[in-house]
Amino acid sequence: MNRATATISLTVNGDPVTLPADPSRRLSEVLREGLGLRGTKVGCDAGDCGACTVLLDGAPVCACLTPLAQAGGREVQTVEGLQATALQAAFLRHGAAQCGICTPGMLMTATAFLQERPEPTRAEAEEALGGVLCRCTGYAKIIDAVLDAAPGSPAQMPEAGKAVGARVERLDGGPKVAGTEIYGADACPEHTLLVRAVRAPKAPARFTFGDIEAWRAAQPGEVQVFTAEDIPGANIFGTIPPFADQPALAEDRVRLRGEAVAIVAGEAGVIEALDLSTFPVTWEEADAGALVHDNRPDNLLIAGVVRRGDAEAALAGSVHVAEAQAETPYIEHAYIEPEAGVAWLEGDTLVIQACTQAPVMDRDDTARILGLDPQQVRIIPAAAGGGFGSKLDLSLQPLIGLVALKTGRPARMIYTRAESMASTTKRHPAKMSGRAGVDAEGRITGLVFDGDFNTGAYASWGPTVAGRVPVHASGPYYTPNYAAEARAIHSYQPISGAFRGFGVPQAAILQEALYDDLALKAGLDRLAFRRLNALQDGQSTVCGQVLHGVGIAACLDALKGPWEAALASADKANAEGGRFRHGVGVASCWYGCGNTGLPNPSTIRVGITAKGELILHQGATDIGQGSNTVITQICADALGLPVGQFRLIGPDTGVTPDCGKTSASRQTYVTGKAALLAGQALRARILALSNMCEDARIVLEGDTLTVTDDRGERHVALGDLEADGHGYVLAAEETYDPPTSPLDENGQGSPYAVYGFGAQMAELTVDMQLGTVKVTRITAAHDLGRVINPLLAEGQVEGGVAQGLGLALMEEYIPGRTENLHDYLIPTTGDMPEVKSIFVEVPDPEGPMGLKGLGEHVLIPTAPAILNAIRHATGARVTKLPALPHRVLAAIREARG
Amino acid sequence: MNGERHVAAYHRPETLQGALDVLAERPVTIAAGCTDLFPATQGRTLTGPVLDITGIAGLRGITREEGGFRIGATTSWTDVIRAELPPAFDMLKQAAREVGSVQIQNSGTVAGNICNASPAADGMPCLMALDAQVEVASARGTRTLPLLHFVNGPRRTALEAGELVTAITIPEGATRGSSRFLKLGARKYLVISIAMVAVRLDIEGGTVKEAALSVGACSAVATRLTDVEASLTGQPTEALADRITDAAVAAALSPIDDIRADGPYRTHAAAELLRRAVDDLTQPAQAAA
Repeated sequence: MNRATATISLTVNGDPVTLPADPSRRLSEVLREGLGLRGTKVGCDAGDCGACTVLLDGAPVCACLTPLAQAGGREVQTVEGLQATALQAAFLRHGAAQCGICTPGMLMTATAFLQERPEPTRAEAEEALGGVLCRCTGYAKIIDAVLDAAPGSPAQMPEAGKAVGARVERLDGGPKVAGTEIYGADACPEHTLLVRAVRAPKAPARFTFGDIEAWRAAQPGEVQVFTAEDIPGANIFGTIPPFADQPALAEDRVRLRGEAVAIVAGEAGVIEALDLSTFPVTWEEADAGALVHDNRPDNLLIAGVVRRGDAEAALAGSVHVAEAQAETPYIEHAYIEPEAGVAWLEGDTLVIQACTQAPVMDRDDTARILGLDPQQVRIIPAAAGGGFGSKLDLSLQPLIGLVALKTGRPARMIYTRAESMASTTKRHPAKMSGRAGVDAEGRITGLVFDGDFNTGAYASWGPTVAGRVPVHASGPYYTPNYAAEARAIHSYQPISGAFRGFGVPQAAILQEALYDDLALKAGLDRLAFRRLNALQDGQSTVCGQVLHGVGIAACLDALKGPWEAALASADKANAEGGRFRHGVGVASCWYGCGNTGLPNPSTIRVGITAKGELILHQGATDIGQGSNTVITQICADALGLPVGQFRLIGPDTGVTPDCGKTSASRQTYVTGKAALLAGQALRARILALSNMCEDARIVLEGDTLTVTDDRGERHVALGDLEADGHGYVLAAEETYDPPTSPLDENGQGSPYAVYGFGAQMAELTVDMQLGTVKVTRITAAHDLGRVINPLLAEGQVEGGVAQGLGLALMEEYIPGRTENLHDYLIPTTGDMPEVKSIFVEVPDPEGPMGLKGLGEHVLIPTAPAILNAIRHATGARVTKLPALPHRVLAAIREARG
Repeated sequence: MNGERHVAAYHRPETLQGALDVLAERPVTIAAGCTDLFPATQGRTLTGPVLDITGIAGLRGITREEGGFRIGATTSWTDVIRAELPPAFDMLKQAAREVGSVQIQNSGTVAGNICNASPAADGMPCLMALDAQVEVASARGTRTLPLLHFVNGPRRTALEAGELVTAITIPEGATRGSSRFLKLGARKYLVISIAMVAVRLDIEGGTVKEAALSVGACSAVATRLTDVEASLTGQPTEALADRITDAAVAAALSPIDDIRADGPYRTHAAAELLRRAVDDLTQPAQAAA
């Protein structure tokens, strides 16, 4: 009766399986670690994200919430059981997988749903998938795929010279929909030790260790413990070397809750069972008023300033002046993949395969911490299950590296959701105020911006945020007089780092609120007001940089039709009365692509082997945004060979040149330009070798290159050529670094070589009795200079809009309180509006093929457009985010007096 | 090599008696859908020892029996959605569709929802408006107590050592009328309520014969609004919702300020949702008349 059996039997993907009984173990763990079926992903271990969805007797359940006992005698289906289904093809065709970490859960949920409802409505599909979170896509393309899951013909790859501009399916998509992609938690060599961290329950605190040896001895199995004392190199790191201040393991004080003070390592079964709350460490509360870093008075990390003209005088002479305040909270990246990775030794080389956005930075910082030469560390980026900025910083790399070095065994670490949220970086909370003025015609005379950005316990990207904000806080508008200051200020709170937009989304919330005020005061239509002030070609930015290829006016013009229609529709609906009020809002963005006034080169190598393999060392880490595809498209057209013929080697620091970090919307532009140059150089080499003219056609077939022009045809037998040190008989390697200049003490200079522009319009309804907001449509016009891949570009827009909507309406990270995905809310399928993308192409003179970056731009206008639409609907100005129902209702009541 | 794992006792009996025998021996964690138990641990396994009652035949499903309906202890939310039930249960079905997600509805149980005793339990307001009783068994025998006595505080129930819930029963008298559940959260799916309401109205000849109103997430335990119910009983359905005032609702609730909303907003939202639920239930009737 009471089952005391030693085994449990079930069926997995049609195969009978008998496992050692561990009846209360999560099915997700049994599948992944017991059966090696790692297509099932774990994002939260709490049923909040749905990534681990499997089918139990055909019904979707969270494998993380299912004890193995309950699967006994039943049929379990996982993503590995899907064999090239029409649904998987539809996911590829529609670009439904970006990073791909939620894809298995989405596929399994949709599979069960489509069995029951073969021809569903969109609303039904949204409800069915409401339990699986995605942080990349904004869901639209996932729902599109589910609604279009009928078998179709396989996608055609564009022919030579036609790759740029084509809706090429992502080249790395196959493994994402098959569940075979290797993320940080999916590689586990034999004899790997499991590593866990002992973390601070509160901060600030000082700590001392007790008898670690005695604690070790008391554990049921062999446990090794490592602390700061074991770190062989410099126990300090940071993304910006002059500001490096963060220890890999804290030495005697902790500055944030969740900071690691020790790590334990051993056999998985031993380590996972440890009760780390018994670890011998004594915490002593420290003075919360004491400086976070002794060398930084007033807790000021750094202030960024941009000044142009005389802003105060301009405001004094303005016909209308507006004033505003805004406050935004910590925002969590909430990628569905918590940090994970594995480290091992290959001879003298420490190899780390982990989630990252910046492999070379990981290599250099990890080497420094571990006392190694950078050449002794090799970073193989695992597929990243979302990054959005946080995976630029080191997390577990030095910890697993330390264990591998000390023990000689592979070492693996997988953060829990709670430790991911507590210990990794966030978007800076901002407290901002500003004033702006216009003349009688409604032209901006000047803007003053002031902001405190809570940078948390360590520097991370705080200096970048402090630097970027004043450069961008004018928005893409001509602002002759300007004074902006942003301060990064330390606190004993989570580390604020990089998050899609580096502080610019926060600043845009304030600036665009001011612009709505000024339009109202000047009696101008809000879109027309922005168009009037839009930066023009040849005008100077607030940094005094004269820009060309400025696309903001074109974006605003593209919104004119939708804007007028939306206003008319809102007016009509509002005239009918009722509890809902309808509103329309607009906001713009601009964003400089690449590092701010600092070098950030990318190097691309492309080569052909004697056997005729065409290989691209694609060093731009693809965290879902699509570099693997768009960089290849650019290189393919530059070279003149079809994109389908390329084989990619990723940003493995052992074999691929440095393409820098995936941040600052720089990869398509900077690495894209290197890819363009490398493709052109290889083409030139082939043409020179065959002595053919520039517009010759190149065909690679087997081990022969055939080059054809008007005069005839030449053959190059690749096997006859001598291979270089990398094994290529023909190759090119090109480096590109954006031409910029550092800013002077007034923030004047040319911080970026390329800017991207955009404007978005939000339509929404507000429930006047409850304060709830339903965004119904976002129309997003973005200037990409040149659209490389419309499918992936739409995906960026939709995903950015989702994050902007979350920022506006629901997201707020509170340390110690929202360290999970049910208290920290990100949008679900049911929260997303229709997103209409409009792509504008105003070529940039510097960007490859005229292109500009897009990744961060798309998030910036969404929240301000929504807030401005709430105001349009209700008269209420919400100044503290997120605009939760109670805050909106309070603002409505305040506006009504 | 995976190292030795300590496997805690895990009991999955096939009969109720088997379960009661385990319970009589020592304290165990009672598990059904596990949708609350697993999130409470960061571990790879449930914190044992565990008594899993999902193997017991006869505990699952909704049955009509003399005197009312019986919702077996392992009945899942999906079972509720798929069951054929009178309109008085519509609110429970509506709540079922808002419990977490399809995944959670497939595993999570109605009885588990009340045993977990969260102030924001989606099932509570509906079950209270259905005058639910909780049937509890132990080696000592069986007892039945009203739901509003069973859940007696946040995360606290009247379940004693050695006892388990075998069913939730709905008396015949509470299965009359039509019903509506409304939930307010900061997002659409997978959301913990700011406020939620369940309303059951038995309307006869244009007047309210019986009204059952309850509110969740606005007090330590979901609350029946007996004074408001009394103010509706015997009244015509026309403009019925207008009789529900914020003040009367506030008098019955004790909402807290938390990350999701402040207390005064919760009270106001509860009153507004009650009015809407009443409107939903009375206006179609008016339209038909």
